[in-house]
Amino acid sequence: MTIRHHLSDQLLMAYAAGQLPEAFNLVVATHVSLCDECRSRLGAFDAVGGALMEEIDEIAMGEAALEAALSRIEGLPQATRAEPLKPAGIFPAPLADYIGGDLSAVRWQRIGGGVKQAILPTGPDASARLLYIPAGKAVPDHGHRGMELTLVLQGAFADDNARFDRGDVEIADEDLEHTPVALAGQDCICLAATDAPLRFRSMLPRLAQPLFRI
Amino acid sequence: MAKAEEGTDWAGLLIKVRDRQDKAAFAQLFRHFAPRVKGFLMKSGAGAALAEECAQDVMATLWQKAHLFDPARASVSTWVYTIARNKRIDALRKDRRAEPEELDWGPEPEPDQAEVMEAQEDTERLGQALAQLPAKQRALIERAFYGELSHSEIAAETGLPLGTIKSRIRLALDKLRHHMT
Ligand SMILES: [Zn+2]
Repeated sequence: MTIRHHLSDQLLMAYAAGQLPEAFNLVVATHVSLCDECRSRLGAFDAVGGALMEEIDEIAMGEAALEAALSRIEGLPQATRAEPLKPAGIFPAPLADYIGGDLSAVRWQRIGGGVKQAILPTGPDASARLLYIPAGKAVPDHGHRGMELTLVLQGAFADDNARFDRGDVEIADEDLEHTPVALAGQDCICLAATDAPLRFRSMLPRLAQPLFRI
Repeated sequence: MAKAEEGTDWAGLLIKVRDRQDKAAFAQLFRHFAPRVKGFLMKSGAGAALAEECAQDVMATLWQKAHLFDPARASVSTWVYTIARNKRIDALRKDRRAEPEELDWGPEPEPDQAEVMEAQEDTERLGQALAQLPAKQRALIERAFYGELSHSEIAAETGLPLGTIKSRIRLALDKLRHHMT
């Protein structure tokens, strides 16, 4: 699998710093699970945190802290290396954790034109959902406010500029208005996260948005 | 005990914790890292009592999850940082944080001593590079990692030589994938 569309440095650094909203964390963790290139880049940003940790002003622990720690680990089992927990389906482990299983565990909600979505439970600063777009169908024409990340898990979609296959992530900001289309062959399933409500142009009247929490 | 700072083989100590449940090695790691974790958490806005409690949790996690530490991919400082960061998200933001799939399956890889050294040296070199940054730039990086900047305020242009670290991790990953298949 060759991934051509990666996470930005800004997203990886914000993830390393622990400053992304939960929904974006999910997209980053899922992409990194599929992409060794971004896993390496993330490792480099984590190393910045490690270097800061070495330079930081120490603050002395309490008198009996070490004894407390030693007696605590006395009763703590150490985990051992696990057998390969290779997810059999299309969802890498962090996403399967959120869904509580693979594709069959998703509770889809129809939003018209054969398109389905499933909102995932995340914190309030951004929202995440799975999108199901039948092969050959357009993702409803939409503009963006804020930032939107779309990660392909199955099938592929393309807009005027580029093609996105499994593992590819599209990063859209407010300037992007486009009409992505799911490519023929296989229905397209994506994980999408945004820190602002999407406004669908053609398919949903604005009033209907609160209903779908998008 | 003597101050065993410069040149201490932290990865070696952690591997003793992992393979032999070595309490003396754990104690040495604790003395070095627990006060740093506490300092990190207080800089991130935790009070002293919470920071102390969380630092204890971080060190207990280090004991429990030692098998997940891959010395070819990260220095111990970096690994401790990631545990402390996740603890901070847990304790201060109460968010759930998705983590990438672990790459810990397959046979226990024998750590390659040269790779282990490189990972630790990377962190040391990065520390020197940080110290040489203009104060303003360094402050921005610190604020990002202490949780004072929102994700849209974070500028990834750090001025730090991260390319070589990335390439080294990439090599270690390729090697690991090769072993796994
Ligand atoms: Zn990538």
